Amino acid sequence: MSQELSAKEHTGHPTAGQYFRIAVILCAITAVEVGIFYLEFIGHWMIPILFTLSACKFALVAMYYMHLKFDHKLFTYMFVAGFILAAFVISLLLLLFGVYS
Amino acid sequence: MAQEHAAPIHGEDEGTTTGLNHRKMLMWAFLGSDCMFFGSLIATYLVYQGKSLEGPLPIDVFDIPVTSISTFVLLMSSMSMVLAYSALTKNNMKGFRIWMISTAIMGATFIGFQVYEFSSFANHHVEIDCVSPGELTKYEQHIFDDGCSSGEAHAESHEGLKPQTNLFGTTFYTLTGFHGAHVTLGIVWLLSLLLLSFKKGVITPEKNLDVDLAALYWHFVDVVWIVIFTVVYLFGVFPGF
Repeated sequence: MSQELSAKEHTGHPTAGQYFRIAVILCAITAVEVGIFYLEFIGHWMIPILFTLSACKFALVAMYYMHLKFDHKLFTYMFVAGFILAAFVISLLLLLFGVYS
Repeated sequence: MAQEHAAPIHGEDEGTTTGLNHRKMLMWAFLGSDCMFFGSLIATYLVYQGKSLEGPLPIDVFDIPVTSISTFVLLMSSMSMVLAYSALTKNNMKGFRIWMISTAIMGATFIGFQVYEFSSFANHHVEIDCVSPGELTKYEQHIFDDGCSSGEAHAESHEGLKPQTNLFGTTFYTLTGFHGAHVTLGIVWLLSLLLLSFKKGVITPEKNLDVDLAALYWHFVDVVWIVIFTVVYLFGVFPGF
Protein backbone atom coordinates (compact mmCIF):
# COMPACT_ATOMS: atom_id res chain seq x y z
CA MET A 1 0.00 0.00 0.00
CA SER A 2 1.28 3.43 -0.82
CA GLN A 3 2.68 5.60 1.89
CA GLU A 4 1.70 8.70 -0.03
CA LEU A 5 -0.58 11.07 1.71
CA SER A 6 -4.12 11.82 0.78
CA ALA A 7 -5.65 15.23 0.99
CA LYS A 8 -8.34 14.28 3.47
CA GLU A 9 -6.08 12.76 6.10
CA HIS A 10 -5.93 13.98 9.62
CA THR A 11 -3.40 16.77 10.03
CA GLY A 12 -3.60 17.73 13.70
CA HIS A 13 -0.29 17.46 15.56
CA PRO A 14 0.71 18.94 18.88
CA THR A 15 3.62 21.37 18.54
CA ALA A 16 7.15 20.59 19.72
CA GLY A 17 6.51 22.86 22.70
CA GLN A 18 3.41 20.88 23.63
CA TYR A 19 5.35 17.61 23.38
CA PHE A 20 7.95 19.11 25.70
CA ARG A 21 5.30 20.24 28.19
CA ILE A 22 3.84 16.72 28.24
CA ALA A 23 7.33 15.33 28.90
CA VAL A 24 7.68 17.75 31.83
CA ILE A 25 4.30 16.60 33.21
CA LEU A 26 5.36 12.94 32.83
CA CYS A 27 8.61 13.59 34.69
CA ALA A 28 6.78 15.55 37.39
CA ILE A 29 4.32 12.67 37.91
CA THR A 30 7.23 10.21 38.15
CA ALA A 31 8.93 12.45 40.71
CA VAL A 32 5.68 12.63 42.71
CA GLU A 33 5.37 8.82 42.55
CA VAL A 34 8.87 8.34 43.93
CA GLY A 35 8.31 11.08 46.53
CA ILE A 36 5.02 9.57 47.71
CA PHE A 37 6.72 6.21 47.95
CA TYR A 38 8.90 7.53 50.80
CA LEU A 39 5.97 9.06 52.74
CA GLU A 40 5.20 6.28 55.17
CA PHE A 41 2.21 8.03 56.80
CA ILE A 42 0.17 7.58 53.60
CA GLY A 43 -0.04 3.86 54.38
CA HIS A 44 -2.33 1.78 52.21
CA TRP A 45 -3.58 4.87 50.35
CA MET A 46 -0.31 4.62 48.49
CA ILE A 47 -1.59 1.84 46.23
CA PRO A 48 -4.60 3.70 44.73
CA ILE A 49 -2.57 6.93 44.53
CA LEU A 50 0.27 5.25 42.62
CA PHE A 51 -2.23 3.43 40.40
CA THR A 52 -3.92 6.72 39.52
CA LEU A 53 -0.65 8.52 38.80
CA SER A 54 0.55 5.61 36.68
CA ALA A 55 -2.75 5.60 34.74
CA CYS A 56 -2.37 9.35 34.11
CA LYS A 57 1.11 8.81 32.64
CA PHE A 58 -0.14 5.91 30.54
CA ALA A 59 -3.03 8.01 29.20
CA LEU A 60 -0.84 11.02 28.41
CA VAL A 61 1.64 8.95 26.38
CA ALA A 62 -1.13 7.05 24.57
CA MET A 63 -3.21 10.15 23.80
CA TYR A 64 -0.52 12.63 22.79
CA TYR A 65 2.67 10.75 21.91
CA MET A 66 0.85 7.86 20.24
CA HIS A 67 -1.61 10.36 18.71
CA LEU A 68 -4.69 8.37 19.76
CA LYS A 69 -6.41 11.64 20.63
CA PHE A 70 -6.02 12.82 17.03
CA ASP A 71 -6.22 9.56 15.08
CA HIS A 72 -9.21 7.56 13.94
CA LYS A 73 -11.22 6.11 16.86
CA LEU A 74 -10.87 2.56 15.53
CA PHE A 75 -7.18 2.58 16.51
CA THR A 76 -8.17 3.56 20.03
CA TYR A 77 -10.75 0.77 20.18
CA MET A 78 -8.20 -1.82 19.00
CA PHE A 79 -5.64 -0.79 21.59
CA VAL A 80 -8.11 -0.36 24.44
CA ALA A 81 -9.67 -3.77 23.63
CA GLY A 82 -6.27 -5.42 24.11
CA PHE A 83 -5.66 -3.40 27.25
CA ILE A 84 -9.03 -4.28 28.79
CA LEU A 85 -8.55 -7.94 27.95
CA ALA A 86 -5.11 -7.82 29.60
CA ALA A 87 -6.57 -6.19 32.72
CA PHE A 88 -9.31 -8.84 32.73
CA VAL A 89 -6.74 -11.66 32.48
CA ILE A 90 -4.69 -10.16 35.33
CA SER A 91 -7.80 -9.78 37.54
CA LEU A 92 -9.00 -13.31 36.82
CA LEU A 93 -5.59 -14.87 37.46
CA LEU A 94 -5.27 -13.02 40.76
CA LEU A 95 -8.76 -14.18 41.70
CA LEU A 96 -8.04 -17.75 40.63
CA PHE A 97 -4.88 -17.92 42.72
CA GLY A 98 -6.56 -16.39 45.73
CA VAL A 99 -4.38 -13.28 45.85
CA TYR A 100 -7.33 -11.12 46.98
CA SER A 101 -8.03 -13.40 49.92
CA MET B 1 -4.61 22.17 23.10
CA ALA B 2 -3.66 24.23 20.07
CA GLN B 3 -2.68 22.33 16.98
CA GLU B 4 -0.35 23.10 14.15
CA HIS B 5 -0.89 21.81 10.66
CA ALA B 6 2.26 20.06 9.52
CA ALA B 7 2.41 16.83 7.52
CA PRO B 8 -0.53 14.51 8.11
CA ILE B 9 -0.80 11.48 10.33
CA HIS B 10 -1.42 8.33 8.34
CA GLY B 11 -4.61 6.60 9.09
CA GLU B 12 -7.60 7.78 7.14
CA ASP B 13 -8.88 7.59 3.58
CA GLU B 14 -6.30 5.09 2.39
CA GLY B 15 -8.53 3.51 -0.23
CA THR B 16 -9.09 0.41 1.90
CA THR B 17 -12.32 -1.19 3.10
CA THR B 18 -12.12 0.61 6.42
CA GLY B 19 -10.60 3.74 4.94
CA LEU B 20 -7.63 3.21 7.25
CA ASN B 21 -4.06 2.29 6.45
CA HIS B 22 -3.66 -1.48 6.77
CA ARG B 23 -0.11 -1.34 8.10
CA LYS B 24 -1.09 1.11 10.79
CA MET B 25 -4.12 -1.00 11.64
CA LEU B 26 -1.86 -4.05 11.90
CA MET B 27 0.50 -2.19 14.22
CA TRP B 28 -2.35 -1.24 16.55
CA ALA B 29 -3.61 -4.85 16.49
CA PHE B 30 -0.09 -6.00 17.37
CA LEU B 31 0.17 -3.47 20.21
CA GLY B 32 -3.21 -4.64 21.53
CA SER B 33 -1.97 -8.24 21.49
CA ASP B 34 1.31 -7.20 23.13
CA CYS B 35 -0.79 -5.66 25.92
CA MET B 36 -2.14 -9.14 26.57
CA PHE B 37 1.36 -10.62 26.40
CA PHE B 38 2.71 -8.24 29.05
CA GLY B 39 -0.58 -8.55 30.95
CA SER B 40 0.07 -12.28 31.33
CA LEU B 41 3.64 -11.71 32.50
CA ILE B 42 2.56 -9.04 35.00
CA ALA B 43 -0.25 -11.32 36.25
CA THR B 44 2.24 -14.16 36.74
CA TYR B 45 4.56 -11.85 38.65
CA LEU B 46 1.71 -10.70 40.90
CA VAL B 47 0.37 -14.22 41.47
CA TYR B 48 3.77 -15.39 42.73
CA GLN B 49 4.57 -12.21 44.64
CA GLY B 50 5.36 -13.00 48.27
CA LYS B 51 5.41 -16.75 47.61
CA SER B 52 9.19 -17.15 47.37
CA LEU B 53 10.46 -19.56 50.00
CA GLU B 54 13.86 -17.91 50.25
CA GLY B 55 15.47 -14.57 49.43
CA PRO B 56 16.64 -12.25 48.12
CA LEU B 57 13.26 -10.54 47.86
CA PRO B 58 12.33 -7.24 46.16
CA ILE B 59 13.02 -5.19 49.29
CA ASP B 60 16.55 -6.65 49.45
CA VAL B 61 17.60 -5.84 45.90
CA PHE B 62 15.52 -3.02 44.42
CA ASP B 63 17.17 0.38 44.23
CA ILE B 64 14.29 2.78 43.57
CA PRO B 65 16.42 5.93 42.91
CA VAL B 66 18.42 4.11 40.19
CA THR B 67 15.27 2.70 38.57
CA SER B 68 13.65 6.15 38.75
CA ILE B 69 16.54 7.54 36.70
CA SER B 70 16.20 4.81 34.06
CA THR B 71 12.44 5.48 33.98
CA PHE B 72 13.16 9.18 33.44
CA VAL B 73 15.53 8.29 30.57
CA LEU B 74 12.89 6.13 28.87
CA LEU B 75 10.23 8.85 29.25
CA MET B 76 12.62 11.37 27.70
CA SER B 77 13.33 8.97 24.83
CA SER B 78 9.60 8.99 24.07
CA MET B 79 9.67 12.77 23.85
CA SER B 80 12.74 12.56 21.62
CA MET B 81 10.98 10.03 19.36
CA VAL B 82 7.92 12.20 18.93
CA LEU B 83 10.14 15.20 18.14
CA ALA B 84 11.92 13.11 15.48
CA TYR B 85 8.58 12.33 13.87
CA SER B 86 7.53 15.96 14.15
CA ALA B 87 10.79 17.11 12.50
CA LEU B 88 10.29 14.63 9.66
CA THR B 89 6.77 15.83 8.93
CA LYS B 90 8.15 19.39 8.74
CA ASN B 91 10.82 18.27 6.25
CA ASN B 92 13.58 18.93 8.78
CA MET B 93 15.75 15.90 7.98
CA LYS B 94 18.68 17.10 10.07
CA GLY B 95 16.42 17.49 13.10
CA PHE B 96 14.87 14.11 12.37
CA ARG B 97 18.28 12.38 12.39
CA ILE B 98 19.44 14.17 15.54
CA TRP B 99 16.29 13.21 17.45
CA MET B 100 16.45 9.64 16.14
CA ILE B 101 20.06 9.27 17.34
CA SER B 102 19.06 10.84 20.64
CA THR B 103 16.18 8.37 21.03
CA ALA B 104 18.41 5.38 20.24
CA ILE B 105 21.08 6.59 22.69
CA MET B 106 18.51 7.03 25.46
CA GLY B 107 17.10 3.57 24.68
CA ALA B 108 20.61 2.14 24.89
CA THR B 109 21.12 3.99 28.18
CA PHE B 110 17.97 2.39 29.55
CA ILE B 111 19.28 -1.02 28.50
CA GLY B 112 22.61 -0.15 30.15
CA PHE B 113 20.74 0.56 33.39
CA GLN B 114 18.95 -2.76 33.06
CA VAL B 115 22.20 -4.67 32.50
CA TYR B 116 23.70 -2.92 35.55
CA GLU B 117 20.60 -3.76 37.59
CA PHE B 118 20.53 -7.43 36.55
CA SER B 119 24.25 -7.72 37.23
CA SER B 120 23.98 -6.13 40.69
CA PHE B 121 21.00 -8.35 41.54
CA ALA B 122 22.84 -11.49 40.42
CA ASN B 123 25.88 -10.49 42.49
CA HIS B 124 23.87 -9.25 45.46
CA HIS B 125 26.03 -9.51 48.55
CA VAL B 126 24.86 -9.21 52.14
CA GLU B 127 27.16 -8.68 55.12
CA ILE B 128 25.68 -8.33 58.59
CA ASP B 129 27.44 -7.25 61.76
CA CYS B 130 26.41 -9.86 64.35
CA VAL B 131 26.95 -7.47 67.28
CA SER B 132 24.81 -4.59 66.02
CA PRO B 133 22.80 -5.87 63.05
CA GLY B 134 20.35 -2.93 62.93
CA GLU B 135 17.01 -3.28 61.20
CA LEU B 136 16.94 -6.46 59.12
CA THR B 137 14.69 -7.67 56.34
CA LYS B 138 13.28 -11.19 56.44
CA TYR B 139 16.07 -12.45 54.18
CA GLU B 140 18.77 -10.67 56.19
CA GLN B 141 17.28 -12.06 59.40
CA HIS B 142 17.61 -15.54 57.92
CA ILE B 143 21.31 -14.90 57.13
CA PHE B 144 21.77 -13.45 60.61
CA ASP B 145 20.19 -16.50 62.25
CA ASP B 146 22.31 -18.89 60.21
CA GLY B 147 25.63 -17.04 60.39
CA CYS B 148 25.65 -15.46 63.83
CA SER B 149 24.50 -18.46 65.87
CA SER B 150 28.03 -19.86 66.17
CA GLY B 151 29.55 -16.71 67.68
CA GLU B 152 30.90 -15.24 64.42
CA ALA B 153 31.50 -11.46 64.18
CA HIS B 154 29.93 -11.22 60.72
CA ALA B 155 27.39 -13.18 58.73
CA GLU B 156 27.39 -12.93 54.97
CA SER B 157 25.76 -14.31 51.86
CA HIS B 158 26.83 -14.19 48.22
CA GLU B 159 23.71 -15.93 46.93
CA GLY B 160 22.48 -13.13 44.67
CA LEU B 161 19.22 -13.12 42.73
CA LYS B 162 19.22 -15.28 39.62
CA PRO B 163 16.26 -16.59 37.60
CA GLN B 164 16.55 -19.99 39.31
CA THR B 165 16.94 -18.55 42.85
CA ASN B 166 13.26 -18.23 43.71
CA LEU B 167 9.83 -17.41 42.23
CA PHE B 168 10.52 -13.69 42.48
CA GLY B 169 13.72 -14.10 40.44
CA THR B 170 12.00 -16.20 37.78
CA THR B 171 9.01 -13.92 37.27
CA PHE B 172 10.99 -10.68 37.62
CA TYR B 173 13.68 -11.59 35.08
CA THR B 174 11.09 -12.98 32.65
CA LEU B 175 8.96 -9.83 32.77
CA THR B 176 11.71 -7.21 32.71
CA GLY B 177 13.84 -9.32 30.35
CA PHE B 178 11.06 -9.43 27.75
CA HIS B 179 10.59 -5.69 28.14
CA GLY B 180 14.34 -5.18 27.67
CA ALA B 181 14.19 -7.37 24.54
CA HIS B 182 11.39 -5.14 23.20
CA VAL B 183 13.49 -2.02 23.85
CA THR B 184 16.53 -3.63 22.17
CA LEU B 185 14.43 -4.49 19.12
CA GLY B 186 13.17 -0.91 19.10
CA ILE B 187 16.72 0.45 19.10
CA VAL B 188 17.62 -1.75 16.11
CA TRP B 189 14.47 -0.57 14.33
CA LEU B 190 15.27 3.12 15.00
CA LEU B 191 18.86 2.76 13.82
CA SER B 192 17.67 0.97 10.67
CA LEU B 193 15.33 3.88 9.90
CA LEU B 194 18.12 6.33 10.60
CA LEU B 195 20.36 4.57 8.06
CA LEU B 196 17.52 4.38 5.54
CA SER B 197 16.97 8.12 5.88
CA PHE B 198 20.32 8.65 4.12
CA LYS B 199 19.02 6.78 1.08
CA LYS B 200 17.26 9.19 -1.21
CA GLY B 201 13.49 9.00 -1.32
CA VAL B 202 13.04 6.19 1.23
CA ILE B 203 12.06 8.32 4.21
CA THR B 204 10.57 11.66 3.32
CA PRO B 205 7.97 13.95 4.90
CA GLU B 206 5.40 12.38 2.55
CA LYS B 207 6.54 8.81 3.30
CA ASN B 208 6.52 9.00 7.07
CA LEU B 209 4.51 5.87 7.85
CA ASP B 210 7.59 3.73 8.60
CA VAL B 211 8.70 6.24 11.21
CA ASP B 212 5.15 6.59 12.54
CA LEU B 213 4.93 2.82 13.11
CA ALA B 214 8.35 2.69 14.80
CA ALA B 215 7.30 5.61 17.01
CA LEU B 216 4.11 3.79 18.03
CA TYR B 217 6.16 0.74 19.00
CA TRP B 218 8.63 2.88 20.94
CA HIS B 219 5.89 4.67 22.89
CA PHE B 220 4.30 1.32 23.63
CA VAL B 221 7.45 0.00 25.34
CA ASP B 222 7.41 3.25 27.30
CA VAL B 223 3.83 2.77 28.55
CA VAL B 224 4.57 -0.85 29.44
CA TRP B 225 7.50 0.36 31.54
CA ILE B 226 5.23 2.92 33.26
CA VAL B 227 3.12 -0.03 34.46
CA ILE B 228 6.13 -2.21 35.36
CA PHE B 229 7.78 0.60 37.33
CA THR B 230 4.68 1.08 39.47
CA VAL B 231 3.50 -2.51 39.85
CA VAL B 232 6.84 -4.31 40.12
CA TYR B 233 9.21 -1.77 41.63
CA LEU B 234 7.16 0.62 43.76
CA PHE B 235 4.60 -1.93 44.92
CA GLY B 236 7.38 -4.54 45.18
CA VAL B 237 9.03 -2.84 48.11
CA PHE B 238 5.82 -1.53 49.67
CA PRO B 239 5.29 -3.62 52.82
CA GLY B 240 1.50 -3.74 52.60
CA PHE B 241 1.24 -4.96 49.03
